[in-house]
Amino acid sequence: MIFNIDFETLPREALAAIQLKRLKATLEKVYATVPFYKNKFDEAGFSPSGLKTLADLERVPFTTKQDLRDNYPYGMFAVPMANVVRIHASSGTTGSPTVVGYTARDIETWAELMARALSAGGAGRRDIIHNAYGYGLFTGGLGVHYGAEKLGASVIPVSGGNTKRQIVIMKDFGPTILTATPSYTLHLAEVAKEMGVSFKDLSFKFGIFGAEPWSENMRGELEEALNIKAVDIYGLSEVMGPGVAIECYEAQNGLHIFEDHFIPEIIDPVTGKALPYGETGELVFTSITKEAFPVIRYRTRDITSLSTEPCICGRTHVRMKRVSGRSDDMLIIRGVNVFPSQIESVLMKTEEVEPHYQLVVDRVDNLDTLTVKVEVSESLFSDEIKILQGLEAKLSHDIKEYLGVSAKVKLVEPKSIARSEGKAVRVIDNRKI
Amino acid sequence: MKVTQISIFLENTGGRIAEATSILAKADINIRAMSLADTTDFGVLRLIVSDVDKAETALKAQGFTVGKTNVVAVQVEDKPGGLNAILQILAQADINVEYIYALLKEGHNAVMIFRFDNTDNALKVLEANNIKIFKGEDVYSF
Ligand SMILES: [Zn+2]
Repeated sequence: MIFNIDFETLPREALAAIQLKRLKATLEKVYATVPFYKNKFDEAGFSPSGLKTLADLERVPFTTKQDLRDNYPYGMFAVPMANVVRIHASSGTTGSPTVVGYTARDIETWAELMARALSAGGAGRRDIIHNAYGYGLFTGGLGVHYGAEKLGASVIPVSGGNTKRQIVIMKDFGPTILTATPSYTLHLAEVAKEMGVSFKDLSFKFGIFGAEPWSENMRGELEEALNIKAVDIYGLSEVMGPGVAIECYEAQNGLHIFEDHFIPEIIDPVTGKALPYGETGELVFTSITKEAFPVIRYRTRDITSLSTEPCICGRTHVRMKRVSGRSDDMLIIRGVNVFPSQIESVLMKTEEVEPHYQLVVDRVDNLDTLTVKVEVSESLFSDEIKILQGLEAKLSHDIKEYLGVSAKVKLVEPKSIARSEGKAVRVIDNRKI
Repeated sequence: MKVTQISIFLENTGGRIAEATSILAKADINIRAMSLADTTDFGVLRLIVSDVDKAETALKAQGFTVGKTNVVAVQVEDKPGGLNAILQILAQADINVEYIYALLKEGHNAVMIFRFDNTDNALKVLEANNIKIFKGEDVYSF
């Protein structure tokens, strides 16, 4: 069901008109209240009053994670602390954490968008939501919680951890919707199995998974293990938290971005140039309704593409593809931008399995060379040399066709690609530049 | 009438063959026949062993990629033209041989391992021509 039918199915022209109005107001507001934005805009020679069309957004400078860190903790807030009713922070694995704030109206907006998201993911008033996202500084738990209440569903605020108790609750309380990170959900499934509880006997219908990258492969695994439909939710605390974008369960093909609140763009991560719909690049967000912590052209580093193709669910909002990687991982090989995730999708298309692979880049006689090492799993293996050589040639051909870059594909033994904390080291760049 | 062959993927054929054979020795498995096919990049070691399941488990436990394939153990007369006679029969029946290697000698006869693209058809043709084929159990415990 569509939670807010008026806004979620707006014709795109009407949507653009709302966006332009809200964008102007936001730019004027941040220019007047956040010294960081005023300085940035002045340096770039951009004046908010000069914005006439949505395309003019391209002239506005970007905001990066580093900018947010530099203004730790409250430097980016656009309202006095008296108007801030909630503070969240993202963990700072590298550098200081980023702190975000919400006014009462921001919390209201967030609840509305999360209610839309839960609804798109299959939830309704009669559902019981088992919310296993962590409650705390992390936006996941509380974000889903407020949305669930706004929707009118019953929410079990179970948070993360204490997995055995979670299984008992799942059995006894009969939740119908699971919200959690995909990796924790796989852990839940394992523990349930150990406890002799089958998800097939539980009441779950839908799982709404996000807050970390996951793959189509993992979707299959989750849907099989839990006997549910699994949908992808996207959000980041800098932009708002969960509920920035959601896959509709009808199509399960791309995540609708709530464009009446956020303007998404795709840019070339190297040149910063805005790219047209359909092209793959870095996702950039501008919030157009947030009060306490507006973000202007915030570079997410997430790699995806956007599509305005009409969706079977009836929503008119643009769809972003499942995030396929991070722009920090990008390689430039003979002038071509290459994301490890693109190689991964080529490999997955061929074998429908998630392969262990590694990209090795060298420079030979001033020419970049790319070698893609692929671990030979049982499903890839054959006793016939010509089949293995054929596989190498096919993958190499597909990479050339899909990415426009020549690569030598080399089959290697399982576990021969170095792992760091269990994860394969994806890129080795031997070029001395 | 099929024999199960195990094959393993080798990235560098050098020391890895010895590693594979020593894993099998430790698991008390006899190697009945062995053939290596390699390219500049990688190799495939094909083995007929005394205990297929045990060998598979032992090799997998040590991180090898192991495949299992049906092959046919065929008696070949140990005289000039012995192998040729069989290959002619197969060629006339339009059966492709992917590869062949020797298993062992038994009196005046040799036993060779054949890998066909269509094993069932090959078996029919060989049987129709009264060519002796060995059962798996026979080959594993020769
Ligand atoms: Zn849809």
